[in-house]
Amino acid sequence: MSEQKPKTIFEKIWDAHVVKRAEGYPDALFIDRHYIHEVTSPQAFDGLRKRGIKVFNVNRTTATADHNVPTKDQHLPIKEALSRHQVETLRKNCKEFGVELYDLGHPFQGIVHIIGPELGLTQPGMTMVCGDSHTSTHGAFGSVAFGIGTSEVEQVLATQCILQYKPKTMKIEINGKLGKGVVSKDIILYIISKISASGATGFFVEYTGDAIRSLSMEARMTICNMSIEMGARGGLIAPDETTFNYIKGRRFAPQGEAFDKAVAKWKQLPSDAGAAYDVVLKYDAADIEPMITYGTNPGMGMKVTDRIPTVEELKELSEQASFKKSLDYMGLEPGSPLMGKAVDYVFIGSCTNARIEDLRLVASIVKGKKKADNVEVWVIPGSKQVEEQALKEGLNKVFEDAGFELRSPGCSACLGMNEDKVPPGKYCISTSNRNFEGRQGPKSRTFLASPLSAAVAAITGKVTDVREFI
Amino acid sequence: MSKDNFTILKSTAVPLPVENIDTDQIIPARFLKATTREGFGDNLFCDWRFDGNNNPIKEFALNNAAYSGKILVAGKNFGCGSSREHAAWAIYDYGFRVVVSSFFADIFKNNALNNAVLPVVVSDKFLQSLLSSIQQKPKTEVTVDLLNQQISFDGQAEQFEINAYKKECLINGYDDIDYLLSLNKEIREFDLAH
Repeated sequence: MSEQKPKTIFEKIWDAHVVKRAEGYPDALFIDRHYIHEVTSPQAFDGLRKRGIKVFNVNRTTATADHNVPTKDQHLPIKEALSRHQVETLRKNCKEFGVELYDLGHPFQGIVHIIGPELGLTQPGMTMVCGDSHTSTHGAFGSVAFGIGTSEVEQVLATQCILQYKPKTMKIEINGKLGKGVVSKDIILYIISKISASGATGFFVEYTGDAIRSLSMEARMTICNMSIEMGARGGLIAPDETTFNYIKGRRFAPQGEAFDKAVAKWKQLPSDAGAAYDVVLKYDAADIEPMITYGTNPGMGMKVTDRIPTVEELKELSEQASFKKSLDYMGLEPGSPLMGKAVDYVFIGSCTNARIEDLRLVASIVKGKKKADNVEVWVIPGSKQVEEQALKEGLNKVFEDAGFELRSPGCSACLGMNEDKVPPGKYCISTSNRNFEGRQGPKSRTFLASPLSAAVAAITGKVTDVREFI
Repeated sequence: MSKDNFTILKSTAVPLPVENIDTDQIIPARFLKATTREGFGDNLFCDWRFDGNNNPIKEFALNNAAYSGKILVAGKNFGCGSSREHAAWAIYDYGFRVVVSSFFADIFKNNALNNAVLPVVVSDKFLQSLLSSIQQKPKTEVTVDLLNQQISFDGQAEQFEINAYKKECLINGYDDIDYLLSLNKEIREFDLAH
């Protein structure tokens, strides 16, 4: 009887990957693809060495160097000793254990969540993990993808499985037509501002509705990417023709007849009619406007034309102290607007918004214009392939003429592990995913926004409503 | 990594009444360059503990001589953000064995449990009461009894949830890999079939 029950796409994928379900134990979940990088893997490889075991299946493991790499002079040895050591350790570990590494200089190198999809490694119906919370990005293809810690990286390297309790399910449905100047980054910032930075903790989210269906794969990835910013274990979008067209012909995607067979299988994935979710939320796309964050967690967001709430407007009394601490850090007054606020830096990059479509969006606004004198603008492509494509399309010329600095791929100022840091006290409008205290460098202040909003801020030198520009 | 066995802990506690403490605050990204698990405690809450010249910031709880102990008590949504297990390593390395909050982020919770740090989820009311007791009387002794799943102080007590498997792991110092390695044959078969 239970087999007849309508299932969500999440349940279909999860249940198909349970190797063992035992009373009182979490599920042993098989992982189809494991992405690794230099920061969260060294201690896991050490663990394998201590136990004297090999990587369970190297063909399901892909490595790249992204978090801790310089974005200038990538052909030279890394200057910073600790960063160099970490990248060299990844090289040594991949060689010793036989894992494919897309190292600095390799044409496939880039941010792990950008290269997986563009190489066709990320496919519908898969389970995927990485020692990085933004692994949720891959959910855009209709897969169950989530971030894990290093002990879990070791589990997956050793056994290709992870022990996990099945999360609850949440459906977020967005219908209607998006307004002018509103892009997928605004959708996800809007959702998080509605449900808070912990609103989806314990849940796996499925995004549905015609506003989601109308989005490109790049735009869907931006949404799934930030699922973790509302605490969700992951977020996914059921695959459709947009998904299949994106995957077709990519390097590691099934080819020819195998592709057609795969598509037939992928078409079975979408949630069954009548499938039940633990929570369902619905929003109207027409209510969404260009968004910006004002505080120190991604839930502290608002319409760019709005004003910051006052202390009295907070729902919970217990939130007041944290709210005040946050605005104090940001150097902002409760109740004040952000429009016209001068910014010092513009960062266009990260696994959220550094795909070719993001760079095209920025170029479309910037073409023929110059950046404001008070801002420094960094454009960091998500991968070597994105960089190559940008050069091919002449986007580099547009950025150069505007006074933007186009650098080489990496995570860069999203988390400031390398040299790319926003200085103390400075404001940065950023296309990345986190506005935490010190995230972009000690005492840095971040406004999260879409690539369009970041591009107009680069031109005007201040927080601006993109709709005045297009 | 199997560590110490955990059954019952009696200790004073350190209050940190801030909500949404993300893992970038627990251990900033610039300290993630190490390739071992040790030594992260020195930089736990680094940017809240030290000013730009590396001098301790007096008002911060970890620098307040009145507070000490193996239990950290923090505001809701503790450990949100990055999946970095370094946050759990830093908390362990500093000497904490329990973090009490009214809500934890999922990945942090797993990471803590995998590193012999017990996340104890309590009600908002209990949390506020515990925080104010510690602030008024820093020597307040808190008891965390894993066997009976109970946290208590000053005559107040509350039960907490933990799943049976993770409880067993903590009590006996087991880890997940031991269990998964025992499934090797089934996993091989599954891998071949997919």
